[in-house]
Amino acid sequence: MKLIFEKGSTGRGCDLLPPSDVPVINLEDKFKRQSKLNLPNVSETELSRHYTELMKKTFGVNDGFYPLGSCTMKYNPKINDDMAKLPGFTDIHPLQSEETTQGALEVMALAEEYLCEITGMDNMSFQPAAGAHGEFTGLQLIKAYHEKRGDSKRDKIIVPDSAHGTNPASAAMVGYKVINVPSTNEGYVDVDALRDAVGEDTAGFMLTNPNTLGLFEANILEITNIIHQAGGLNYYDGANLNAIMGIARPGDMGFDVVHLNLHKTFSTPHGGGGPGSGPVGCKLLLSDYLPSPRVIKGAEGSYHLSYDNPDSIGRVKAFYGNFLVVVRALTYILSLGKEGLKHASINAVLNANYMMHQLKDTYHIPFSDHCMHEFIISLEDLKKEKGVSALDVAKAMLDYGMHPPTMYFPLNVPEALMVEPTETESKETLDEAVRVYKKIYEEVTSNPELAHGYPRNTVIGRPDEVGAARNPVLRYVYNK
Amino acid sequence: MKIKDFHIASLQALKGVLINMGNYVPNTLEEQEAMLGLIGMKSSEDLFVQVPKGVRLNREFDIPSSKSEMEVSRIMTSMAEKNKIFKTIFRGAGAYRHYIPSIVKQITSKEEFITSYTPYQAEISQGVLQSIFEYQTMICELTGMDVSNASVYDGATAAAEAIIMSVERKRNKAIISETVDSQILETIKTYCKSLDIEVVVAGASNGVTDLANLEKLLDEETACLLLQQPNFYGQLEDAEKIGRLVAEKGAKYIISSNPISLGILKTPAEYGADIAVGEGQPFGIPLSFGGPYLGFMATKEKLMRKLPGRIVGETTDNQGRRAFVLTLQAREQHIRREKASSNICSNQALCAMTAAVYLDAMGERGLKQAAELSMAKAHYLARLLCEIDGFNIIYKGEFFNEFVTSSPINVDKLMKILEDRGILGGYPLANDKILWCATEVNTKEEIHKLIDILKEVAV
Repeated sequence: MKLIFEKGSTGRGCDLLPPSDVPVINLEDKFKRQSKLNLPNVSETELSRHYTELMKKTFGVNDGFYPLGSCTMKYNPKINDDMAKLPGFTDIHPLQSEETTQGALEVMALAEEYLCEITGMDNMSFQPAAGAHGEFTGLQLIKAYHEKRGDSKRDKIIVPDSAHGTNPASAAMVGYKVINVPSTNEGYVDVDALRDAVGEDTAGFMLTNPNTLGLFEANILEITNIIHQAGGLNYYDGANLNAIMGIARPGDMGFDVVHLNLHKTFSTPHGGGGPGSGPVGCKLLLSDYLPSPRVIKGAEGSYHLSYDNPDSIGRVKAFYGNFLVVVRALTYILSLGKEGLKHASINAVLNANYMMHQLKDTYHIPFSDHCMHEFIISLEDLKKEKGVSALDVAKAMLDYGMHPPTMYFPLNVPEALMVEPTETESKETLDEAVRVYKKIYEEVTSNPELAHGYPRNTVIGRPDEVGAARNPVLRYVYNK
Repeated sequence: MKIKDFHIASLQALKGVLINMGNYVPNTLEEQEAMLGLIGMKSSEDLFVQVPKGVRLNREFDIPSSKSEMEVSRIMTSMAEKNKIFKTIFRGAGAYRHYIPSIVKQITSKEEFITSYTPYQAEISQGVLQSIFEYQTMICELTGMDVSNASVYDGATAAAEAIIMSVERKRNKAIISETVDSQILETIKTYCKSLDIEVVVAGASNGVTDLANLEKLLDEETACLLLQQPNFYGQLEDAEKIGRLVAEKGAKYIISSNPISLGILKTPAEYGADIAVGEGQPFGIPLSFGGPYLGFMATKEKLMRKLPGRIVGETTDNQGRRAFVLTLQAREQHIRREKASSNICSNQALCAMTAAVYLDAMGERGLKQAAELSMAKAHYLARLLCEIDGFNIIYKGEFFNEFVTSSPINVDKLMKILEDRGILGGYPLANDKILWCATEVNTKEEIHKLIDILKEVAV
């Protein structure tokens, strides 16, 4: 397909602005742009059709089943987007006075109150713009806590080997050394190894629970206690909260700080990669360190932005966070309410178990007794015996109009496919997915040589990723 | 969702019985029970056998009960209505109201774009990937750089990431001009503190970076200088000369720009910048109380592999057809973990697409016009303001679409008066100074209306 730069013609365009009603200013040469600015020259018709064409080559949750493990690709209710388009939310300047933004501050105050209740935390900041940004912020709180106490030797963050890549990357960005602890053969944090790993240099421990193998850490209280006993703090990666809303709370498991992914658990859309929102919640012992400003409720019932936070870690971005994403999440929480959130989690776990149960006789599922909201398939044997990889199987799914599961994660399971159906999928969709997964298994085992050719029905076949990285072409060049 | 369902729902939830939740959980109670039966479970309790009793939440959440879509819409709308929408805005300071073409809103409302994930599966994500590739191209064109990433969270985090990119083993000092937006500076400080990167603020005089002071600070340990052009006070810096000073010491030069201004102003590359960053909100993104916005980031080829975040590249598929993929992933957290160039995973993809469609619609002609109009309106406003006693231009240098004046009366009082007349006035600075802003959306009539009110107030 042509790029927008290869369409239209010189002189064409959509003239959208009026002529100036005031004198035009002549800019000094020293400030004037010298190089030609090449931008598309297209009519609105061409522009509209260009993006319709791109839209048809994009697969969203509205297109079909999207069981990307760890990503919680649940359906995004349209009411959320509608509310985020209300002019009272979109057309307000972030530096308007408090008196003129009471509704916006109320949105953040309510979202904070509800999300704290859901996670068992005391306070929350919406400044972090995404999950990884939340991790960065949460770890900063841990660092500030130790520093405030004059406990300067704590320079290590412990993460399980099954952790998301962002966990160690965030720890490094906060200046911590990363210690990996292994998982047991059963897929849990190795408590003995953890005990050996902690010490006076332990700043904290990062975990998502249920863990990335889809298992709830049964020893969670012992785990968080080991860290606390060593003087460290516990960080909850909220990626997998969708399994446990209304069932158990990170705050009751011994976690001191959490980040949530509003674009996962709270149904705000992913937008092709963002914007998300990664609010950070914490127990009281860390509240003073939260990013500034904070939203507070005055005695008279009005809301304020408080900049008087001397112990705060400071800002992690401009203004107050991805506000419109918070609007969507609050809409979702109000819709589901206390009963519905729990019901969502129950069904997320039910749907995952339902699918796993029907697949475990076909595929190798390393931890198949029981799962939470997601489960792992390992194609290690298939790879060894037939040369068919997790990638091959994933690509085959594309031909059936389904998004494949997350591939090659977690890292401690070879040839992993991580399936997270979510609660918003119907039984028919799950049954159809099971049928397709089994059919693919049959195809790739009976004709392994064909497996590398998938997908066959998509707009492109497998792209040359090695070539892309070796000879990077990262932009279109005019008049080359 | 029917109200009746929710009565049943709330009652049954209390007993831990499965319920029907309409469009949030499509399976009916009967279907859920059948599914449970099929996997050999008796009740939903069995699904959570792994969760130890000691951590169970044995009560309901203390939050309101489920509500119908209609009720939720009413609640949210009433909160939205508590915010005041100003018909006329003369405030910028990091967030700008520009005209948003209708086509931008339409295209970015397409469900496929809104609901897709990061394009890991290239075969079914060519649309998003190509749109990012086009966005990258346009950011490079605007800034004069070779490589752009697919976006970061906002202009402030883009600046912070650029500084981290610049640091080398023997160069650990980041100099930030005092004329950079204080929110950007605060964000940088948070990022740098934990990495033990020294942050030094270079002072200003007459509203621009003080070159003599800067020259003293620049040394062999300087990793980079961050300059904002136009700066926070709207002033145009002598960015070319500053670039030469920075280059002499072998440090990296980072310029943060208002992207609209790049329609007519020199590009960061023309000033000799190594990294161009900025807040992309003016490109079709509504004010939205501060987010979601768009951090853009571009650099020269030599720094390509240090650039954080997603990057899309062009390649071919197995039949030789043009194809786009996420590339240079060896920089990223999911591959490199603690050795990654950044922890960024989710970015602001839909905002990047918004900016791309904005630029498609505006074209070179339209973007230039938006920049020229913004500059013209601001200068017109400045001229009329100066005719009122007590409103004096504080910084005399050339400016783009923002400028600072004094005020004859207490600034907070003044802003309140304007507020009551439906105008969001300039941004109050310390010592009763005001940072004014105008863009193409401000009409001559609006400017005169403001001036008339100010004349009334000033006497």
